[in-house]
Formats: sequence, C-alpha cells, structure tokens
Amino acid sequence: MRNGLMIQVANLTKRYAGHTAVSNISFTVERGEIVGLLGPNGAGKSTTMRILACFLPGTSGTVRIAGLDVFHQSDEVRRRIGYMPENNPLHLDMRVREYLKFRARLKGLSRKQSRGRGDIVMEQCGITDVSRRIIGQLSKGYRQRVGLADALVNEPELLILDEPTIGLDPNQIRSVRQLIKGLAGNHTVLISTHILPEAEMTCNRMVIMYEGRIMAAGTSENLQRLMSNTNQVIAEIAAPLADLNECWAQTAEIQQFDVSPAEGEYFRCALTARNGLDLRPIVYSLARERGWYLRELTLTRYSLEDIYVHVTRPDEEKEEGA
Amino acid sequence: MQAYRTLTRRELARYFLTSTGYIIIAAVTFLIGFSFVVLLLKLQQDSTLMPVTELFYITPFFWLILLLAPPVITMRLFALEKFSGTFETLMTTPVSDLQVVLAKFTAALIFYVVMWLPLLGCVLIVRHYTSDPAALDAGALGTTFLGIVLLGCLFISLGCCASALTRSQGVAAMLSLMLSVSLFLLSFLAKELPGTSSWQAQALGFFSLVEQMHDFARGIIDTRPMVLYLSLTAFFLFLTLRAVESRRWK
Repeated sequence: MRNGLMIQVANLTKRYAGHTAVSNISFTVERGEIVGLLGPNGAGKSTTMRILACFLPGTSGTVRIAGLDVFHQSDEVRRRIGYMPENNPLHLDMRVREYLKFRARLKGLSRKQSRGRGDIVMEQCGITDVSRRIIGQLSKGYRQRVGLADALVNEPELLILDEPTIGLDPNQIRSVRQLIKGLAGNHTVLISTHILPEAEMTCNRMVIMYEGRIMAAGTSENLQRLMSNTNQVIAEIAAPLADLNECWAQTAEIQQFDVSPAEGEYFRCALTARNGLDLRPIVYSLARERGWYLRELTLTRYSLEDIYVHVTRPDEEKEEGA
Repeated sequence: MQAYRTLTRRELARYFLTSTGYIIIAAVTFLIGFSFVVLLLKLQQDSTLMPVTELFYITPFFWLILLLAPPVITMRLFALEKFSGTFETLMTTPVSDLQVVLAKFTAALIFYVVMWLPLLGCVLIVRHYTSDPAALDAGALGTTFLGIVLLGCLFISLGCCASALTRSQGVAAMLSLMLSVSLFLLSFLAKELPGTSSWQAQALGFFSLVEQMHDFARGIIDTRPMVLYLSLTAFFLFLTLRAVESRRWK
C-alpha cells in the first residue's frame, strides 16, 4: 500500500449548535504529499483537522484515512496518525525525554521501542540537547519541536499539523519549515496555516477554505491558471496624467485601470484586461503612437496571496454592498 | 492495558511533580495531628470502652479531611487537561475513553490512600505507648480504613464527574464540594424528620454516611453501605465517561 490515497474526505459536514463549521467539503490527499489547508481564521480548518484526527466526529459525510473510516475504525486510524493541535499543548511539568516516552507508550509502543523512537525523533527535531530539561522552561521554538517530535514518535503514516509555526520568530519558522519539508516522502503531511508564503514554500498542493467551504484546490500553478482570465499588466509611462486616463478609458480591451504617480514624470498604470487578453502589445503600440516614454511593461504573475484574496473575497463584497 | 498503566502512573506522578500533592499531604497530616492531640487528651481523662479508631472518628477533623480532600485531589483531573488543550492530544492517541476515566480515578484513589497513611503512624504511636495490646484492635483499624477507602471511592468518583464537566478547576472543586457536602448532610436530615418509621426517613437513612462511617470505625462491617458506596461510585464513573464522550455528540 505504498501508493494510493491517504486521506479521502467526502461530503463532510460539521454542525455545532447554531452554526455550521464545515459544510459539505470533499478532497483527497495522496500518500507522500504535503498539502496545505489554507484559510482565514474561522474558516473551518481546525475543525476539519480535529475530525481527521478522530477527536470529533463529523455530522455527516465520510472520512477515510489509509482506507479506514475515522469513526468506525477510530483506534486503527489513531495508531497511524501523528496530530499536533493548534497552540501545541504539552505537559509542562515533564522533562522532554520523559514526555516523549510517555506519549510513545500511550501510542502503543513497547518500552524498548519507545526509548529508541524517542531518541530518533529527538535527533530528527534537534532537541537532543534539551532532552533533560523541563518542558515548561523551554522557549517556544523548542516547545514546538517537542510537539513535532511527539507527533512523529509513533512513525505515523499521516501527520496532521495545525498551525505548526504560529507565534514563532522568523528563524524558528524557517527551522520548523525545513523540518517539515524533510518529512516529505516518508510521511504524508497535512498542514493548516493562514500564512501564505509558508504554504507556498512547503506544500505541493493547497486547499483553500473559507467559511467552511473549499473555495479552490490544486498546485500553485493550477491556482495561477485559475486566475488567468483576469490578467494584469503594469506599465510605467512618462506622460500627462489626463492623457493617460483618457487613453485607457477609450481603449476597449481594458476593463479596469489604476494610475498612480511614480518617481519623476512617470506614472505607474495597473491595467486589467477584458477576457484574459495579454495587454502588452497594445500598450506598447499606444505608447509608440503617442510618443510616450515607456520604461517598464510587465505581466503580473499572481501570487498565492492574490488567489487567496480572490477566492475569499466574493462574500466580503456582498457584505460591503449590503 | 498498557495505556491504562501508563496513564495511571503519569497521573499519580503529576501529584508529586508539582507542589499540589505535597501541599495536600501536609494539610491532611496537620489535621490528623490535631485529631491526634484531641484523642490523646481524651485518653488521659476517664477510661473509655471505645476503640482508638472510634475516638479518632468522633473528632471533628475526620469529616473535614474526608470532605475537603477529594475535591482538591480530583479538580485537576479533566478540567486542567481541557483547559491546557492536552485533552485533545490525549484523546487522539489510541486509548479508549473508559481507560482514561479509570486511569484518572485509580491514580486519584491511590493518592488518597497515601494521603491517609499518617493516620496509621498516629495509631502506631498510641500502640507503642499503651501497655494494653487490646487498646488497638487490628480488625477495627482494618474496617476504619475500609470505610475511609470506600467513602473515598464515592467522593473521588464524584469529583471526577465534576471535573469532566468543566474547563475550570475552581468550578470543578466547588461543584464536587457542594455535592459531597449535600450527600453528607443527608444524614442530619434523616435525624430531623419526625418519626423514624416514615418512608422518607427510611430512604434518607440509607444515605446516613455519618452513622455508617461510625460503624466502620467501631469495627462493624455492614454490607448495605458497602453496596451503596460501590454502586454510587460506579454510577458517577459512568456519568464521567458520558461527560468525556460528550464531545462526540455535543
């Protein structure tokens, strides 16, 4: 069973008294993938992860992990996963080595295995030098790594990490990210985050959630393509402001424009095309016709941030309109 | 079984890794010491037919310990785990809810028994200094401890239940204290009711913990209170289990 699907979520819904946290979502994750679950706070990421980790049952729909149902074969599933909840709760009164041994024993490892695995994951997460320290006295970065070591201690097939880098400083974020990247291949990893660059750097694929629904899913390139029907061109041109405004307004291919002053006589124009046209040749020929100085002409590639804003915006606009 | 043992050991260790365990034991030893002083003063006065354990039981400190200690021992069990979030990491390991409940109950009960050990020390001191070996009957001592453990089971299961219902240790302690004190006060209510033959009085009579414990301290084993305490313990543990499972249907 090296290949195949690790996570299969079908029509999953979770309702709490009064509100729906997750509404009818479906997605799959293949073995060995690192998938990012993205979305603003309150999008239903944590709820989804809790259901995957067998902490909460869904209201309806099915979730299978490694082919096993999370509700009916919960014990078997829990043996196969490593879960790190949001805010990484730990027993602060224990020593690192002691804690990992305790967790390994809880996860069903034998005494000998738990000692061996404890040493391996401490090495892997770079916490061997603090193994005798009390967890409550460790810095946040170290605690986070202890949480990761705990999730890894039973050699899980699937790692579920809820906001693993929250509250860390940039260096710590980098080291945790590096650690997660190093896990690819041997483990399947599902990470939730609302920090976009993080997802872009670590994940093969992304699932964007908003208000309990999946708004978009796919690789970074796929998501780029999703945006391609709204191409944007940036042009820096030295010309009178009125001329520029008039010209863009008259050009039929341009749907939307925004002109802002740049250094010197130049103005920075952000032009959005109708129907996904590439505006560069049009802008160039216009500039030549009118004798404007053109010093920059670029087709913007959408960053994940734009995609994210794009897919999570429709509701905001509605709210503004209301 | 492995998970149960691991958890029990961990829960028990927790009392001794933090100051809580030591503070509880110190407070209880202090109260037992008080009782011991009262007991010695009584022994110095007139001769009495009561066994030493009964003399100890009738000091006011006995019920103070029995009612105050279990809420403090149990308040942390579930409430703290829920508050700190470790409940989530615990329940996502392959352990069953029943194992978790039983492990926490066992650990609290073991700690409770350890907490009572200074009493044994006091009794042994009396034994050492009395010329009459009959002054201290091993049987009466055994039944006293049996009574203490059985009542402990009841109050600790009640405390587990209170702790499983909330995220706040304070609320858990107050809730279990309130419930156990109410249960304790039922004994006095039975006495106040006119005519011991009325069904209300008889029903309440089954719950007269004061009388029942008095019997245990005198060296009498009555199976009725034993059944009552054990079945109430099972009932409260069942409620605890339901409260732990409630995250699945809430």
